[in-house]
Amino acid sequence: MIPSAFEYHRPGDLASAIGLLTDHGDEARVIAGGHSLIPMMKLRMAAVGHLVDLQAVAELKGITVEGGRVTIGAMVTQAELIGHEGLARAVPLLREAALQIADPQVRYVGTVGGNVANGDPGNDMPGLMQCLGASFTLVGPGGTREVAARGFYHGLYATERADDEILTRITLPVAAGGYAYEKQKRKIGDYATAAAAVLLTKSGGKVASASIATTNLSDVPVWSEAAAAALVGSDCGAAAVKAAVAAMLGDIDPQKDNRGPIEFKRHVAGVILGRAIARAWARA
Amino acid sequence: MNDLTPTREERIANLKGMGTSRKRVEDVRFTQGKGNYVDDIKLQGMLFGDFVRSPYAHARVKSINADAARALPGVVAVLTAADLAPLNLHWMPTLAGDKQMVLADGKVLFQGQEVAFVVATDRYIAADAIELVEVDYEELPVVVDPFAAMEPDAPVLREDLNGIMSGAHGPRRHHNHIFLWETGDKAATEEALGAAEVVAEEMVYYHRTHPCPLETCGCVASMDKVNGKLTVWGTFQAPHVVRTVASLLSGIEEHNIRVVSPDIGGGFGNKVGVYPGYVCSIVASIVTGKPVKWVEDRMDNLMATAFARDYWMKGRISATKEGKITALRCHVTADHGAFDACADPTKFPAGFFHICTGSYDIPVAYVGVDGVYTNKAPGGVAYRCSFRVTEAAYFIERMIEVLAIELGMDAAELRRINFIRKEQFPYQSALGWEYDSGDYHTAWDKALAAVDYKGLREEQAQRIADFKAGRTRKLLGIGLTHFTEIVGAGPVKNCDILGMGMFDSCEIRIHPTGSAIARLGTISQGQGHATTFAQIIASEIGLSADSITVEEGDTDTAPYGLGTYGSRSTPVAGAATALCGRKIRAKAQMIAAWLLEVHEGDLEWDVDRFQVKGAPERFKTMKEIAYAAYNQAIPGIEPGLEAVSYYDPPNMTYPFGAYIAVMEIDVDTGEHEVRQFYALDDCGTRINPMVIEGQVHGGATEGYAIAMGQEIAYDEIGNVKTGTLMDFFLPTAWETPHYTTDHTETPSPHHPIGAKGVGESPNVGSVPAFSNAVHDAFRAFGLRQSHMPHDHWRIWKIARDLGLHG
Repeated sequence: MIPSAFEYHRPGDLASAIGLLTDHGDEARVIAGGHSLIPMMKLRMAAVGHLVDLQAVAELKGITVEGGRVTIGAMVTQAELIGHEGLARAVPLLREAALQIADPQVRYVGTVGGNVANGDPGNDMPGLMQCLGASFTLVGPGGTREVAARGFYHGLYATERADDEILTRITLPVAAGGYAYEKQKRKIGDYATAAAAVLLTKSGGKVASASIATTNLSDVPVWSEAAAAALVGSDCGAAAVKAAVAAMLGDIDPQKDNRGPIEFKRHVAGVILGRAIARAWARA
Repeated sequence: MNDLTPTREERIANLKGMGTSRKRVEDVRFTQGKGNYVDDIKLQGMLFGDFVRSPYAHARVKSINADAARALPGVVAVLTAADLAPLNLHWMPTLAGDKQMVLADGKVLFQGQEVAFVVATDRYIAADAIELVEVDYEELPVVVDPFAAMEPDAPVLREDLNGIMSGAHGPRRHHNHIFLWETGDKAATEEALGAAEVVAEEMVYYHRTHPCPLETCGCVASMDKVNGKLTVWGTFQAPHVVRTVASLLSGIEEHNIRVVSPDIGGGFGNKVGVYPGYVCSIVASIVTGKPVKWVEDRMDNLMATAFARDYWMKGRISATKEGKITALRCHVTADHGAFDACADPTKFPAGFFHICTGSYDIPVAYVGVDGVYTNKAPGGVAYRCSFRVTEAAYFIERMIEVLAIELGMDAAELRRINFIRKEQFPYQSALGWEYDSGDYHTAWDKALAAVDYKGLREEQAQRIADFKAGRTRKLLGIGLTHFTEIVGAGPVKNCDILGMGMFDSCEIRIHPTGSAIARLGTISQGQGHATTFAQIIASEIGLSADSITVEEGDTDTAPYGLGTYGSRSTPVAGAATALCGRKIRAKAQMIAAWLLEVHEGDLEWDVDRFQVKGAPERFKTMKEIAYAAYNQAIPGIEPGLEAVSYYDPPNMTYPFGAYIAVMEIDVDTGEHEVRQFYALDDCGTRINPMVIEGQVHGGATEGYAIAMGQEIAYDEIGNVKTGTLMDFFLPTAWETPHYTTDHTETPSPHHPIGAKGVGESPNVGSVPAFSNAVHDAFRAFGLRQSHMPHDHWRIWKIARDLGLHG
């Protein structure tokens, strides 16, 4: 559990950070909270020649809620996210989910940007951001671009972000309506056995709009358009929930691990989504 | 006399002696991060050792090339079996009469096995060097299932034992067989089972798990070549035994070896045995002439140092139609891993498993235990229990539940009608133990009343009706356990480790001003000995516990003892402490008689003083006597006031308890919630109720982990699947249930202060309580037996297999 040697860099601004990535190419990795990267380095599963620490880059901090849009700096910690009252009013789903990430110690250091950028299907924020229709800002030597969360994840640890780009902020619309993040885990600090994020709006007793995403049930977060479609227009009753669960099960591809075999995960994925829909509907 | 003269009650209170919830003196440093653990020890010029470990569970080691590692700047040495062979240290004896490779000698037998030892100037360089050691392995077929290991054509694991068909515990009937250990009356048991009205049979598996102390194992070895003295600081639960073993292995005379256990961050049996890291560190220090530190990381600890349990227990139990038990039979297939490194008293290769008749008056019984080699890590240690007592308690408490199902009886009532009755003590069990004392019915009735057992059963019946009607998806489980432990190993006539009798010791020195230091052969790993042993002494000699330093763990200063494990400290060293105090008191009485100018027989002891019978205003306090012992010439009495006692217990002690867990089970996700946990312990005389309560909380939390998720799991090719705390369940405050503690007090008749030991009871008793709760929730739907750990998916599988998912 001892990493191999690396050079440590602590740039003071974004341009310097990108400069370091450009200079060192494949050898360099940025580190945010480090909860994923440091264990990988200690296990010597990740060899990093140059570690570029983003803690001192002020541009990556801060949360703003303005004009129906929310902007979250990549280096905002989960604790800061949880503690932001304006954000909790604008997008209560974020606080509900963030409180289910690990424990307070982890959340004081773990960042939203690191959580979404790492491409680990066990992380909670990626599915959540897909559910919320967020977009990520990527800054690299070639400039700045926006990528939708729903198009960001390609596979296990494989994302749209190029090696010399830094994910700098997350932008999302204020989320009205009912919401829920339901997560089954073995213990504090564990990744989800199954988790589901649900956003619903209600009109005339019917589901007016829906967005559904899952965590750790495939090698990428799964935003299930079909599951949401199964709810829209329905009374969110048992038949509609059953149809949404069936649709979600068509989109996920869980793998066997110490949490259990595939059939167990598929079953609890359905149970968890059903509970998330019920809670969101009750709040809609 | 004036108002300032303390009353007798105040004098008693001032002692902070036995029965006082005295705050733990250790916690001042532990809660401030000021403990001194092995890894805190830093010596001038100290080197760091680390292991190249096998990635394979079974492979031939064709070659080891350490040239590149040796060439790395900062690397001082790389040791392999070839380097240790000339010293005959490439293998070492285990505590169980087997031998174990120190470094891979031609092959590896489990994943994580030590292959080479790299020594470098810092641990970062050592870690880099490990990657540079090239080992050429040829993979061999892997056996992880102990039943498959005993198939005729199973691969030969221990080639060193080829053709040797007699082991330390009798004949071996197969190349992967270690021993068959039997006790009880087999023929009579079979006869009773055959004639019985009702028989229940079940395979009960207590899975492989690990003690996982917060501090891993480690040591610092320092050979001083000038004076020829070797000092080893280490995480040793039995420092004196380590000294003796080190002397026997190395040939260094025992007086030239000093073993020190500093603060230890939990042991739970994991730190009893001798590990390759200790041997390699000592050799490396001798070779380099410099101190060498070796400290495991968490993965090393979970993968390679001693596991616990892994017992397949096939039981048959019989009873009359009314539920009176008539016989019990158990056959165990014990998976010992690659080497038999169990830390049991030498004559007991299955430990005290034959306490498995539990709290019940069972007229006839038989136990047979087959030890088997597999490609898993060695160990089989007593994880917060006394030598296989957890396995025994789990076995009998599951068999009772299965028998209750067979009889269609309430499991609480079945227990009640079979308990050994109070008047039967001392009770001779069918498997050869003499239970010293007990009052099971009183404890049981108190426990059932405390949880409103009848009310719980009514609630459960309603819940089942609601479930069947589709009104709920949660079931209610009521987990009962009445356990009897056997602790305090043990009488020297039948308990020894490598020939050393399992006595223990205490030495007390009273200082002239009336304070004292006591040294013991045990070593606290968190039990709070410095607190509680001072309380025993305080009550015995009348000095305040706050004026008594308790010191353990340094073999140069402490009297010889067998260490701390198996809840033996209070039963054995605690007895030595009380008796040592009484020796002090006896001499003090002579001194007091001289000071008061009366005959010894005219004095009586009262709390903190000797007083003249019938004239209590004439007295000398222990403090006054202590001063006199050093500054007065008393005819016929040597100066000074100190004593040493070695205690060979006449019997074990038999703590018992009644535990009840109430659990909500989510049928759809397999999740659970512990709604209530009630723990009644009877550990005899209670030395410090607060320390007892803490012990119960800690042990029950370990038991909760074991029952509900904690395991060392292997895949079919012997890879450890649970090598980090992500997958190895160690509860945090969040998962830990709330506990209600209670007690009855049945003193041990043979112990000087009547104490029995408590540290391990909650682990022994809580595992069956939690497991029985899970089983009980599904009893109405036809569940008989489902193996632990009861994690989400296994509980979910119970529900699915019973057709409860629709």
